[in-house]
Amino acid sequence: MNAQKPFLKEISSTNSFLQGAKDCAPTLFGYMSIGIAFGIVGTASGLSIIEIAALSIFVYAGSAQFIICALLVAGATLPVIITTTFIVNLRHFLLSLTLAPYFTKESFLRNIGFGALLTDESFGVASTRAARDGRLYAKWMDGLNLTAYLCWAAACTAGAILGQWISNPHAFGLDYALIAMFIALLVLQLEQSQSARLKLNMFVVLLVVVSMIVFSFFVSGHIAVLLSTCFAATIGVVLSNDD
Amino acid sequence: MTISSSMLLLILGCMLVTFIPRVLPFIFVRKIQMSSIVLKWLSFIPICILTALVVEGILTDSDQLISFDWQAVIVLIPTILVALFTKSLSLTVLIGVTLMAGVRLLSGT
Repeated sequence: MNAQKPFLKEISSTNSFLQGAKDCAPTLFGYMSIGIAFGIVGTASGLSIIEIAALSIFVYAGSAQFIICALLVAGATLPVIITTTFIVNLRHFLLSLTLAPYFTKESFLRNIGFGALLTDESFGVASTRAARDGRLYAKWMDGLNLTAYLCWAAACTAGAILGQWISNPHAFGLDYALIAMFIALLVLQLEQSQSARLKLNMFVVLLVVVSMIVFSFFVSGHIAVLLSTCFAATIGVVLSNDD
Repeated sequence: MTISSSMLLLILGCMLVTFIPRVLPFIFVRKIQMSSIVLKWLSFIPICILTALVVEGILTDSDQLISFDWQAVIVLIPTILVALFTKSLSLTVLIGVTLMAGVRLLSGT
């Protein structure tokens, strides 16, 4: 019933690899801004260009990469950095859990591939598509994931090279790209809600905002993300009585 | 232009702890039939996590004290409006970043 909603003019209804790559396009600006910013921050943290490229290629986790740099500068030990990275990326468990049911018919190896390349942004695009169509296609997902991955690795490396000249990416507002992207994806998701569910969804969003603020007094931001998400989703289930 | 061995160890370790939570659900969900209540719970995850990430972005947490990043809060409102009216992901990001750069320029930070 929501298939013709205008919002998804950027996300079409065909399912090829190429279409997945195209649907990734709106998020590329975000990947590029944050990636370049990361390269610059990495250089400023004393990492070599190869180390920055290796981090982006093998770890591939935006916020975790920034935190790794910050901890390196602070002189943190290896176990501390790895544990922190684990906590920061735990939310991906929820993201994967949400998307995995759409790909149960695909092979084991392909599923590992979908999981390995999952990010907040690709999750945002894919879950929005899933909310509209009720299903996801493997080839489309590959196109989305690989485009994002290559763009991220290239942007981080380019940023590392640029880092020799630019010292303050903050002034350009580039770090805000990620938040703006999450806002747009959230609005997208809410627009996809069926009218009966919209009120409840709005309430759940409000619940997340309040619980984020409360939890942030007691735990780190990344743990607060996990706790308030689980909490609000549970209340959402309790309150929903549509089916 | 080299990678030190401690850096290599760090990258491998971080790769592993990032890979595991991402991939695990894709492995075990194939084997298990999830109940409808779990699926319903999962249907709330996208809006919850996106909201949480936005809030995380406008809070500055330094240990026990938390406060709002007021510049981000100010830009938040027009960004939401742009998303609502343009219904475009790219435009929202572009305008959001431009507004943020503007606010920082004006406030001199």
